[in-house]
Amino acid sequence: MNEITTLHGLMPILPELVLALGAMVLLMIGVVGGERNSGFVNGLAILMLVSAGGVLLALPAGRYTMFGGSFVLDDYARYLKILALTGSAGALLLSMDYLKIEKQQKFEYGALFLLSTLGMMLLISAADLIALYLGLELMSLALYVVAAFNRDSAKSTEAGLKYFVLGALSSGMLLYGASLIYGFTGTVSFAGIAKATHAGASIGLVFGLVFLFVGFCFKISAVPFHMWTPDVYEGAPTPVTAFFASAPKVAGVAIFARATIMAFPGIIHEWQQIVVFVSIASMALGAFAAIGQRNIKRLLAYSSIGHMGFALVGIAAGTQQGIQGVLIYMAIYVSMTLGTFAVVLSMRRDGQAVENIADLAGLSRTHPTTAFFLLILMFSLAGIPPMAGFFAKFYVFLAAINAGLYALAVIGVVTSVVGAYYYLAIVKTMYFDDPAPGFRPMPLSLRFVLGVAGLINLLFFVYPAALVGVAAVAAKSLF
Amino acid sequence: MNWPILSVTTFLPLLGALLIIIMGRGDSPVAKGTARWIALWTTLITFAISLLMVWHFDPSSSEFQFVEKHEWLGVASYHMGVDGISLPFVILTTALMPICILASWTSVQKRVKEYMIAFLVLETLMVGTFASLDLVLFYLFFEGGLIPMFLIIGIWGGPRRVYASFKFFLYTLLGSVLMLLAIMAMYWSAHTTDITVLLRHGFPVGLQKWAWFAFFASFAVKMPMWPVHTWLPDAHVEAPTAGSVILAAILLKMGGYGFLRFSLPMFPAASHDFAPFIFTLSVVAIVYTSLVALMQEDVKKLIAYSSVAHMGFVTMGIFAATTQGVSGGIFQMISHGLVSGALFLCVGVVYDRMHTREIAVYGGLVNRMPLYAAIFMLFTMANVGLPGTSGFVGEFLSLLGTFQINTSVAAIATLGVILSACYALWLYRKIIFGPLKPAMEGIKDIGWREGLIFAPLVALTILFGVAPNLVLNVSAASVDHLLARYDQGVKAAQAEEAAAKLAQAAGPTAREVKIVSVAR
Repeated sequence: MNEITTLHGLMPILPELVLALGAMVLLMIGVVGGERNSGFVNGLAILMLVSAGGVLLALPAGRYTMFGGSFVLDDYARYLKILALTGSAGALLLSMDYLKIEKQQKFEYGALFLLSTLGMMLLISAADLIALYLGLELMSLALYVVAAFNRDSAKSTEAGLKYFVLGALSSGMLLYGASLIYGFTGTVSFAGIAKATHAGASIGLVFGLVFLFVGFCFKISAVPFHMWTPDVYEGAPTPVTAFFASAPKVAGVAIFARATIMAFPGIIHEWQQIVVFVSIASMALGAFAAIGQRNIKRLLAYSSIGHMGFALVGIAAGTQQGIQGVLIYMAIYVSMTLGTFAVVLSMRRDGQAVENIADLAGLSRTHPTTAFFLLILMFSLAGIPPMAGFFAKFYVFLAAINAGLYALAVIGVVTSVVGAYYYLAIVKTMYFDDPAPGFRPMPLSLRFVLGVAGLINLLFFVYPAALVGVAAVAAKSLF
Repeated sequence: MNWPILSVTTFLPLLGALLIIIMGRGDSPVAKGTARWIALWTTLITFAISLLMVWHFDPSSSEFQFVEKHEWLGVASYHMGVDGISLPFVILTTALMPICILASWTSVQKRVKEYMIAFLVLETLMVGTFASLDLVLFYLFFEGGLIPMFLIIGIWGGPRRVYASFKFFLYTLLGSVLMLLAIMAMYWSAHTTDITVLLRHGFPVGLQKWAWFAFFASFAVKMPMWPVHTWLPDAHVEAPTAGSVILAAILLKMGGYGFLRFSLPMFPAASHDFAPFIFTLSVVAIVYTSLVALMQEDVKKLIAYSSVAHMGFVTMGIFAATTQGVSGGIFQMISHGLVSGALFLCVGVVYDRMHTREIAVYGGLVNRMPLYAAIFMLFTMANVGLPGTSGFVGEFLSLLGTFQINTSVAAIATLGVILSACYALWLYRKIIFGPLKPAMEGIKDIGWREGLIFAPLVALTILFGVAPNLVLNVSAASVDHLLARYDQGVKAAQAEEAAAKLAQAAGPTAREVKIVSVAR
């Protein structure tokens, strides 16, 4: 174990330090320069995220622990941190143009993104319950603020408040669960809990586990703790919604998987049934509830609930293949989400943002390229081969079959057919319906995100081994 | 062959699609023309290359030929190859594509570029389905084909196109996802998705039954078998002419091909046990859908129901699992591919002129379109199964093969032949003969482009009718091999069952012996 005796000992948390110091520097620049500088501050924030990623990749390979074992940097953490950083940077890139048009140029925006991402990084690396809670709260507090960022809009404020109140409740539950677990095992470290539970669990510990899971489910918006999602997605400024749908989900799923695999491997039969239930409920609700939606942000909210259900299939398997599947799923999910939101952000007519699915009518005539990329993303979200989304589902269900979770797998694929309906409905609106008036031309930043995401999803099948191999290595480090 | 001929055949159309994207901009007549010509040449070159494959194919071997294998997913690999069962379908696909492009030459005027791209992408996916030797790769092509077909029906289809395209997509998807789960279960049983290995792998009988049902769910919908055929009439009626041709001639054959490639050799015991079930569904399809076809008022719907009936002969022949039955099934699929494709083209010809498919509107066309009447008659006769046309050989062989296994099934199925004559001749009489309807006064006979489309189909229908060995010889070795494997699998399962029964019967005896010996 490396103790912090020299500067060298801080090496494993260098990326986090870059973000922490970066956020402070940005605030200083913002305070000195005022709101005129906000574009520059946001650009700098993207640069910070990218350089944090660069530093992370440059760190020597291997497993490092710090702060008495509560912070761990392994391949699993590396993979997910890169993913979270990508998600944040992508969402920030999507925000630049939006903030300018909506005259929401406040310099705190970039700094809050950085702080939230810092929280995610700590959360992904957390190896005990205290670090877990700290990371989670840092992430969430920044998210509450950005949800209400458009403070003159009642909807946005409502979204922020709703998110805050429910989030605080779930944090409370999580803390209660953590304290129960501590009470029944006498330790907060995941390794210690694993040792204490390897022979089985007392009823009190299972209670604690359930409360802990409630907290996780809330953060990744899994059923039955999903109620906030559609309202917050709809109310929050659109780029913030894109952010909510990508990076925090990565961090949430990361800690969900790490906690279950590292701390409770001995009582898999106790938690497996909970995860199976949550997974089935999320997939089913995501599929059925989205059908009636008219607003595309609400639709994507339900879609993300469904996708979290699919990711949980991999965790439910509880095996290395399952975790590998989850990792592949999250990477592809982030690319699909950011790409789709790039299109949603481009939906502006006469200077006003429009959010109805019907507004996409005839997009294939007015904006053929955008429509084609959205078509790819929709089929990818539906999980139709040869798009990337198919491979995402393939690996999680492959693990579920191996773990003998046949009912879960069958219900899962059937809900994916139901879910395909509303993705097809968007394709239908774009390609089969008569054109509505066109949108404004797409700014370069949105084109970039959409293009990259679309090509990743279209061409993933050409060389899938790249992501699959990395995910396999990352999953291995957790076991 | 030191170049990957199969991959080239598969992916060349994709290259053509890419070329169209790069070349044509806008919706000007020049851009439309460019897209059409690129699509035509791409499909023609693809067809030529696939003919080269026939030239080099060794029909005496039952092994997979032109095999290519590369690392791909870890779980699965990029493994391609054809044998005597898949090669005819590959050729059928590549041969019909130029015809489809020509058939859409003037009838499709809106979004020509996208139309051609969709068809070229579809060709890649269809050839890939027949040529892949890995289950995951197969699934990728099999399912991927839904996307372009969904767009073809939805964008260029008739008034109820949205309903038809959704029904087509969701119906087929629901069947297929269950197959995907079975593929996964097979992977964990055999630790590979390589078809060549799986064909030699003996799956436990319990798994065989579940997997058989999962594959059945997918292929029965695709085929389509009664009672999951209801998507087909809708899809056919709404699809543009070329879409109907592809749907009837090739997409339906994927179901039959799947039964031959997977269900029969990989799950022999299950196939043997469930054969009566398949026979029942097939016979119902043959008789019931023929009766339904009699009642149709829409030309395309009538042909769609007749397709379901004809596919009943295919499933019946395949699951009879005799040489004649299986060969007949394959032949029937190829023949139906030509004949039903041609029938839909015939409908397209008059639809382009009159813009209606209602049978009652037409009448007396022989007075104005003698050549058309002659061509239509040939394909009507082939559809009925008149000796001398390819339709006869397929139906006769599948009936013959089934007769050996189950006489009553074959007897009832023969009713279908009579019924098919009823609806097909009735349709022909209504449209071609009778007094000329006033609306038909100005109708023109087929032109040289349409003649060019029908010429190869007419030639092949007659050629395969008088010389069926051209197809049967290609598949003979593979069919024999398939049936040998099937019999071996069935025998092994029966022996296993007998041994289990014996052990059960012997069980108490052994225990008694032990008790006796302890008592002593």
